[in-house]
Parts: sequence; C-alpha cells; structure tokens
Amino acid sequence: MEMLLSLVIGGLYAAGFYLMLRRSLAKLIIGLSLLSNATNLLIFTAGGLTRAEPPLVPRGADRPTGPFADPLPQAMILTAIVIGFGVLAFALVLAYRAYQTTGSEDLDAMKETDR
Amino acid sequence: MISLILRTATHFLFTIMLQFSLFLLLRGHNEPGGGFVAGLMAAGGFALYTIAYDVAATRQALRVDPRTLIAVGLAIAAGSGLLSLMKGSPFMTGEWGHLRLPYLERLNIGTPLLFDTGVYLTVIGVTLMIILSLAEE
Amino acid sequence: MSIILTVLSGFIFASAAPFVHRFIKEGIGWIMALLPISLLIYFLTYVPMVAAGEVTIVSYPWIPRLGVTLSFYLDGLSLLFSLLISGIGALVLIYAGSYLKEHPQLGRFNLFILMFMASMLGVVLAGNLLTLFVFWELTSLSSYLLIGFDHERETARSAALQALLVTGGGGLALLAGLVMIGQIGGSFEFSLLLQQGDRLRGDPLYVPIVLLVLLGAFTKSAQVPFHFWLPSAMEAPTPVSAYLHSATMVKAGIYLMARLTPILGGTDTWFYTVSIIGGATMLVTGISALYQNDMKRILAYSTASVLGMLTLLLGLGATATIETAIIYLFAHALYKGALFLVAGAVDHETGRRDIRALGGLRRAMPITAAAAGLAALSMAGIPPLFGYIGKEVLYEAAQKLSGIGSYVTGLLMLASLLLVAVAGMVGLRPFVIGKKGVTHPEAHEAPISLRLGPVVLAGSGLLFGLFPSLAGYWILSPAVAAVLRQPAPLHLSLWHGWNEIVLLSLATTAAGAGLYAARERLLPAAEALKGIARWGPARGYSATLNGMMRLAQAQTRLLQNGRLRIYLMIVATSAVGLAGYTLLHRDGFIGLGIESELRFYEVAIGGVILAAAFLATQTRSRLGAVTALGVVGYGVALIYILYGAPDLAMTQFLIETFMVILFILVFYHLPGLTPFSEWKRRLRDGLLSLAVGTLMFTLAYLASHARFHPPISRFFAETSVPMAHGRNIVNVILVDFRAFDTLGEITVLSVAAFGVYALLKLRLEGKR
Repeated sequence: MEMLLSLVIGGLYAAGFYLMLRRSLAKLIIGLSLLSNATNLLIFTAGGLTRAEPPLVPRGADRPTGPFADPLPQAMILTAIVIGFGVLAFALVLAYRAYQTTGSEDLDAMKETDR
Repeated sequence: MISLILRTATHFLFTIMLQFSLFLLLRGHNEPGGGFVAGLMAAGGFALYTIAYDVAATRQALRVDPRTLIAVGLAIAAGSGLLSLMKGSPFMTGEWGHLRLPYLERLNIGTPLLFDTGVYLTVIGVTLMIILSLAEE
Repeated sequence: MSIILTVLSGFIFASAAPFVHRFIKEGIGWIMALLPISLLIYFLTYVPMVAAGEVTIVSYPWIPRLGVTLSFYLDGLSLLFSLLISGIGALVLIYAGSYLKEHPQLGRFNLFILMFMASMLGVVLAGNLLTLFVFWELTSLSSYLLIGFDHERETARSAALQALLVTGGGGLALLAGLVMIGQIGGSFEFSLLLQQGDRLRGDPLYVPIVLLVLLGAFTKSAQVPFHFWLPSAMEAPTPVSAYLHSATMVKAGIYLMARLTPILGGTDTWFYTVSIIGGATMLVTGISALYQNDMKRILAYSTASVLGMLTLLLGLGATATIETAIIYLFAHALYKGALFLVAGAVDHETGRRDIRALGGLRRAMPITAAAAGLAALSMAGIPPLFGYIGKEVLYEAAQKLSGIGSYVTGLLMLASLLLVAVAGMVGLRPFVIGKKGVTHPEAHEAPISLRLGPVVLAGSGLLFGLFPSLAGYWILSPAVAAVLRQPAPLHLSLWHGWNEIVLLSLATTAAGAGLYAARERLLPAAEALKGIARWGPARGYSATLNGMMRLAQAQTRLLQNGRLRIYLMIVATSAVGLAGYTLLHRDGFIGLGIESELRFYEVAIGGVILAAAFLATQTRSRLGAVTALGVVGYGVALIYILYGAPDLAMTQFLIETFMVILFILVFYHLPGLTPFSEWKRRLRDGLLSLAVGTLMFTLAYLASHARFHPPISRFFAETSVPMAHGRNIVNVILVDFRAFDTLGEITVLSVAAFGVYALLKLRLEGKR
C-alpha cells in the first residue's frame, strides 16, 4: 500500500507542478491545490500507515488498546487542510482581481505590473 | 433562479446542519469532530442558505457580521489560554472542572472546550467572510 | 532608585518627548533637561562611595537558559562617563531646545537624543559583554537617526548611512569578539572576566579576539582607516555633533579599550595594534584638520586626532599613560564640547560656519566669545586651564616611557602643536582676529540657552584647572583605578616649578602659534594632501557600497526576473539535482519495512485520483478542471477514512466542497483555460514535472518505511485521557497539547479571510 500511495503522491506532485509551470493564472491555482493535497498525503504516509484504527481511546480505558493510527500527523494535516483552504481562497481572489485589473490571465503579461 | 424544492429542503437542512455542527463541536473532544469540522459544517449550512436564497438573506439569518465572528472567536480562543495565568500556570494550561449530573456520566468541562468554541466561531467567520464577499461580486 | 532605572528612564522619557512637544513649545529644552539633571545629581551621590573604591553590581536574569543576564556595573570608569553623559546631556538638551526651536520635528529630535543618552549610559554601565553590546548597537542606531535628522537632505542621509554601516560593521566584529571572550572566559560578566585575563591572553584565539574587538572600538572611535565617517557625520545638527560625535559616543571605543585593558591588554599584539593605529590616527586627522575651513569639520578632525591620542595612550599601556588617557579624555570632553556648541551658536547667529567668512565676533557676542576663548586656551594647553594639566601629564607620561620615550614625546608634541593651531582657527579667529572687512551687522549675542552650554563647559575647564585635585581625587583617580585594577591616587597640580616639561609645553605652544600664523601660506601645499586624501578609505567605502549595489542588482535581474515559472524551475531543478544525487549515492536503502497488504478498492481509489489529476492538466474546460480537483480531494478523503483518520476525512470532505464552490464562483469571472505555450515547452515542462514527481515518489516511499526515532505519539496517547480528559487524541492535540499552534493557525486563517475581504471590498471604496 505504501507503494501505491507513494505513486499517488508522485503523480499529484507531477501534475501540480506541471500546472504551476503554465502561463495561465487559473492553472497555477489548480496546480497549487493539487500540490497541497499531495503534501498532506506525503505527511500522512510518512507518519506510517495503520489501517482502520482511529486514534481514539475506548470509553472507560485511559489509553488506546491495541494498535492505533499516529495522531500527530493527523493533527498536523488537519491544520494544513484548513490553512490550505485559506491560502487557496486568497490566491483565487488575488487571481480574480489581477485578471480584472490587467484584463489578462497570462502570467507573462503581468510581469511588468509591479514595476 | 428560485427553486421551491431547494428552498423547502433548505428550510430543514439548514436547521439540521447547524444543530449537527453543535453536536460535532461538543463531542469533538471524545469522538471524531471538533471545532474545525463543526465550524465548516455550520458554514456549509449558511452556504446552502445563500444558494437557496441570496447573500442579503444569509447576512440577515446570520445576524452578526462574519468579521465580528472572527474577532469574537479569536478572543475566546486566546482568552481561554489566559485563564490559567490567573492560577499561576503557564499560558494555555488546560484547566478543568468536573460536573456530576444526575442520570449522566461525569461531565468534564475545561478551557480546551472553550478554546475549541473559539476555533469554531473563527472558522465560521472566515469561511463565510470569504464565500459571502465572493458571492456578492 | 536603582541603576537600571537610570538607563530605562531615558527610554521612557524619550518615548514621551514627541507628545510633550505637541503641547509645550516654549522652553522645551529646559523641561527635557530635567531628566539628565536628575541623573547627574543621582550619579554625583555615588561619587564618595566610588572614590572609596566600592563597585556596585546589579543583575537581572534576561535569558536564563543561555546564561544571559542584564547586569549593570558601576565603578570609577563608569561613573566618569556617566557624569559626562548626563552633565553634557543636560546642557545639550537645553541648547537644542533653542537651537532647533523653529524646527517642526524638535519633538522627534528630543526622542532620538534621549534615546541616545539612555543607550550610552547603558554602554558605560553595562555589567557584562552582551548588555554592553546591545546598548552599543543602540548608540549606533540613534547616531544614525540623529545624523540623518534632516532627512530631506541627500548628504545627511548618505552621511547617516555611512556612519551606520561603518560603526555597525564594526559592531558585528565586536559581537564575534565578545562571544569568543565569553566562550573562553566562561562568563560574560566583567566582574568574573577580570580574573580570566591570563587564560584569555594564553588562548590560541587571543589574536583574533583582539582584532575583532578592536575593529569594533576603532570604527566607533573613528580611528584610521575608519575615521572618514566622523567628518561626514557633521551633517547632524550641531548639538548632536557636540554630544555624540565629540564628547560621548565616539569615546565608547576608548571606553571599551579601557574597560578591556585588564582583560586583554598587556601583550605585544595589543601594544602594537592599538598604539600604532592610535598614533596614525592622531597625526593623519590632526593634519587634515588644518586645511579645513568649516568650523565643524575642523573640530571633527581634531576630535578624531584626540581620539587617536587617547588610543595611543591606552595602547602604550603604562600606568602613567593610562592615567593621562583618562585625564585628557576629561579635559577634551569639556573644551571640545564647548567649542562645538560655540560653533553652533555662531552658525545660529550669523548663518555661517566658514572661518574665512567670520571675524571680530567678540563685539557682537562677548559672552560666547569669552567661552570660546577659554575653551580654545584649554585646547591649546595654556595655564591655568585644565587642558594645560592634561598636556603636562601627557609629556610627563611620555618621558617616563623607557626606550621609546623620546619618539612618543615627539609624536605627542606634533599632535599638540596641531591642536594649538586648530584652537586658534576655531576659538580665536572668528572672534578676535579675523579678516579685516568681515563684519556681521546681523549678529547679536546668543540667547541664554545657547550660551549656557559653552559657558558651563569652558568654565569647568577653568575651575578644574585652578583646583585640579577636585576632579583628580573624586572622579579621575577612581576611573584610573578601575582600569589599572589598583588604587591610583593622582596628584594633579597646576604648577610644579620650572622643569623640562614646562619648557616642552611652552615650545609646543609657540610652535603651534607659528603654525597658525603660517597656515595661509601652507594651504597650497595642503591642496596636494587633499589630492591624496581623495584616494583614502572614504573612496574604498563608496566603491564597496556601489559594488555591492551592482552585485545585488545583477543578482536580482538574474534570479528575480518576474517570471514565476523560472523561479519554480530553479527550485525544482536544484531540489531534484541535489536530493536525487544524494539518493543515488547512498549505500542501499536503510531499514525498508514490510509493505502492508494492498486491497483492490484501494488500487481503484489511487487510480481514480491519478486519472483525475492527469485530466486536470489536460482539460480546457474550467468546469472539467474543477470537477477533476473535486475528485482528487474526495479520493484523498477516502484514503483518510481507510487509514484511521475520520477527523481528517470529515474536514477534507467539507473543505473540498467549499473549494469547489469557491472555484466556481471565481472561474465564473475568468476566461477559459487557453493553452499559451507550444508543444515543445509543454514537453520540457512535462519532463521536469515527471522528474519532480519521481523524486517525491522516492522520498515518500523511503519516508514511509524509514523510522529513525520512535514516534512521540505514545506520549499523547498515554496522557490524553488522564491529563487532558479527552478520548479523541487528534482533537486533544489540537486544542490542548498544541493549542498555541492552533491559535496561530486560526489567526493566519483570519488574516487570509481579511486579505480576501480587503481585495474585494476596499476597491469599491477607492472608486467612490
């Protein structure tokens, strides 16, 4: 399974990176979104995979019984998902405003705008 | 585009989603859930409302400005950490009280729950601020 | 009142200064001077204690883990400087209140100068090297702000920057030296380091330490070849030049060398470096002073010359030369402060500072002229002024040196006769002699606030000249004792009877007067010197600065060309190249674990995700791209469910839904996804992306199998219920164990939301 997930991660990185190299502003953001999913999966996989055992302590016990998925990467990814959403929303609106102002979504056409 | 079916369904779904979000928030410390998911769920309810009606109606249903929600949420989250300072413990030490209610198991109430409430409100505020300002374009 | 308050009160007062100025315009200088006056009185109460040999040490923990304390140390040397800083500070503040009366930013000026005073007190009262360094940098900073006070003038700005870069660069070297001292000496505290002198002098790093520390001291005290910033710094308002660039801040380097003499001094390295640089500075800047015409620049060069003399004396390191350094430092602060303030008053009344355009001012400004005359006589070393005593002990100390005594005496005589000539140029010529025909009908006597400073300072020169033991016993002896680490009773008196020293002194004065008289005829020769000076270190400074500027511009053009994808390519190629190289050259894969079993529906999910991602790269439809993104997101959420992360899955589902809404809301306004590049470029990008993907695949695969440390999650799992009363460990981490991180995160989230809000809403208000 690690092999499969690593393939998915690699594929997402490749696709995300390819999109970020495009000149189109919209594609850049789609790529960014793919990249953030890929990174979350990378953290998830690197933390070690445990099937179907959520990190919950059973009622009445004071520690988990049996194997459990590592809670730390999960906490980190949870944060990353929500932050990723905030960043993406900002990037989207920035792109939209940039398009409104410059009338183009070609990144090369925006090269000189901040000079 | 006004859809009667959507509006009727929203009428129920909206209430259920808000209630469910509170449920998620309160049980989050022991079962899957928590402030983030709960906040997103509540914001989802309002987003649905926006689709069925319009932004103005949503703002009315929300009663407070999303900016206020963000500010209050951040204040609650940061303030919950300050409580422990009064006892001389470091910032953000969890403080707990225990309630023994009849017919129920022992209830633990502590500053982390307060903190999670702050997260909940902030997430609702952030999500709605983004969605509503975009929808107004 | 504790010592720390003497330092902090300055900063507190400083921050209030602009507000006070908003309400009170009249006599602001006198109000501002209340603080330094009370500080002066406070320090005076310490005089008997310190004269009895007591040392006060106060210490506060600052960064306890690193062993850094905020400590203060008051001995004779600190006290001498503290008295000068607070005393001259009071006079300068009163003076500035009147000098800059019309300036709209007087409040800001007071802020800067009080901030400087507090920092300078911090330097001389610091009880350890790190405290000293912090305040040292603060003096550089406030000096920068004060030199550039008239920031609308280009010359003021570049002079300020020059001073900051030179002293700040020296400050960095100093920091390195101080840290090394602390490492070797085992402590940063002066009180403990004083016992460690032998260990430091014997350490192999001794020479680098000395050079680094001296670099700091030399830049601060304007020693050759770093002296050029001091004349440029005359762009500052005159009260600043009098205070920072003559009486106090430039002496911080001297203070540091004196302070560290017991710890680092007494070796050949110290002796030769300090005395040679000091001697060179003394002569080079002394001669440069001669061919200046601007009163302030003359004074600046002669200040650097005296600083060189003090450095030379400290470097020689004999008991007598160290005594002389302290005595002369005191004398210089009095007369040079007075002369600077006089120059300012003349400038204020006549609008001129060029000595060729001034003359006969004694009729219009009798009191200022008297103060100038006294100060100039002190500078020229004429009895019964304190400067005479300074010059006398100077020659006496030089004579006592074994072996090189006569050479040093000769050098000092040369420097002294230059000082005599300079004294004539600024102290006498504008008032007494002057050119015939130069008149100043507009000039009249300066107001009391402008006269007070010169009169008090020049008067002190006379007072201490007549009663030298007053200063000698109470203030100077303890300061010398602090440097020498043994009691050093000074026996100063005006008259020792006719001896060789008196004759030397007379000869110097006569020669100096001759030089002054012959100055006009020597000026053509000075033109040649000016030609040489043009190739001096100032040119090196500007060449370096321009070079760095050009380098930065070239680098920016190369790396920051405004094309995002070029940046990304650089990042990706470096990452793939470096990480790939490492991966290929490692010896096999360490600790590959067992591959967990694969189920058919998992293959299906993975396949769908990959297919959707590929579709996203190829589609031209906006809706198609958004759908593909949604499929990827939901697929990832399914993986979270399968591997025991229900919280993640729930969040991911909800976020993914919002994401789709957002994309649709925005893409609605954007045009379709047109491909801009032709196939060649797409192929190149595709290959690079594949390389990135392969690298990430390898890294993910290795990371999922490698385990170098046991996971720390066991701690969270075991304490989650007993300590945090929560059974959902992920949530407990978020809201309890790592709640601070979460607080930061929701703050970032709010910032992003406000960013969106600002982008969309503020535009409308701008249009209105």
